[in-house]
Amino acid sequence: MKWLSYFAIGALFAFGLGISGMTQPAKVLAFLDLFGAWDPALLCVMGAAVTVNFIGFRLANQRAHPLLAARFELPTRRDLDGALVAGAMLFGIGWGLAGFCPGPALVALASGSLDVLLFVLAMFAGFLFKDFAFASPAGGHVAHRS
Amino acid sequence: MLEPGSIAAAALGGGMIGLAAALLMGLNGRVLGVSGMAAGIITPAAPLRERLERGVFLLGVLAGGLLLALVLPQALPGAYSHDRVLLISAGLLVGFGTRLGSGCTSGHGVCGIARLSPRSLVATAIFMASGIVTVYVVRHVLGGAL
Repeated sequence: MKWLSYFAIGALFAFGLGISGMTQPAKVLAFLDLFGAWDPALLCVMGAAVTVNFIGFRLANQRAHPLLAARFELPTRRDLDGALVAGAMLFGIGWGLAGFCPGPALVALASGSLDVLLFVLAMFAGFLFKDFAFASPAGGHVAHRS
Repeated sequence: MLEPGSIAAAALGGGMIGLAAALLMGLNGRVLGVSGMAAGIITPAAPLRERLERGVFLLGVLAGGLLLALVLPQALPGAYSHDRVLLISAGLLVGFGTRLGSGCTSGHGVCGIARLSPRSLVATAIFMASGIVTVYVVRHVLGGAL
């Protein structure tokens, strides 16, 4: 049941990304083109996703533990640091250059486009580069609330 | 027919994204963050069980993409072609940046904002601003020369 839930939630997420327009780089770039022919549609994606998750997250957290797991695993850090700022800035540059963020890029692999595959391979290389070259000293910051 | 990327489709797809995030928290107690889950598969630091859970989630994402290719092919980029050097640089920046900044559009943008995490609010504001500036420079300063 747990494994099925991971798979089905991944598929639901991918379908939502596809329907919303996030898997079309041209659409994403038009949304980011605030000073050009701005396309506001993707603002609705964020608005709807955050609203539904805001309610769902609060409902979920009224329970002592998740339905299929022993505990909730939530990030606990609240401090702002240079890594957060620099990382978000670099991510935004890559997002603005290609029109892809990680989730939609993985979904768009199904298009069979070699360019999408190249982007995804480079993205994984970026993950590895960060995780091996800049190993985090403190490890994960995750609370276990059981 | 639902046109992917229209306002209605954006809101519907966004709702599905939010629902997927809420379900992953309510059922499995985990934050739906694609960059963290994708990088978590290849980073040997995580326990094998967690890596498998992330792997099954990502298989679901890929399967959702294949389903989209069958039933809603216009949701995926058709002939996505970009300068290869630019595309690979963008992928590296997205991969490295999301790891350094501890999250991407899903983990910070959808989940973190719904949890009212100050780190996620700041990260989302920064990567949106940085994406907007990047598109501005590429389209309106360099005149789309890239």
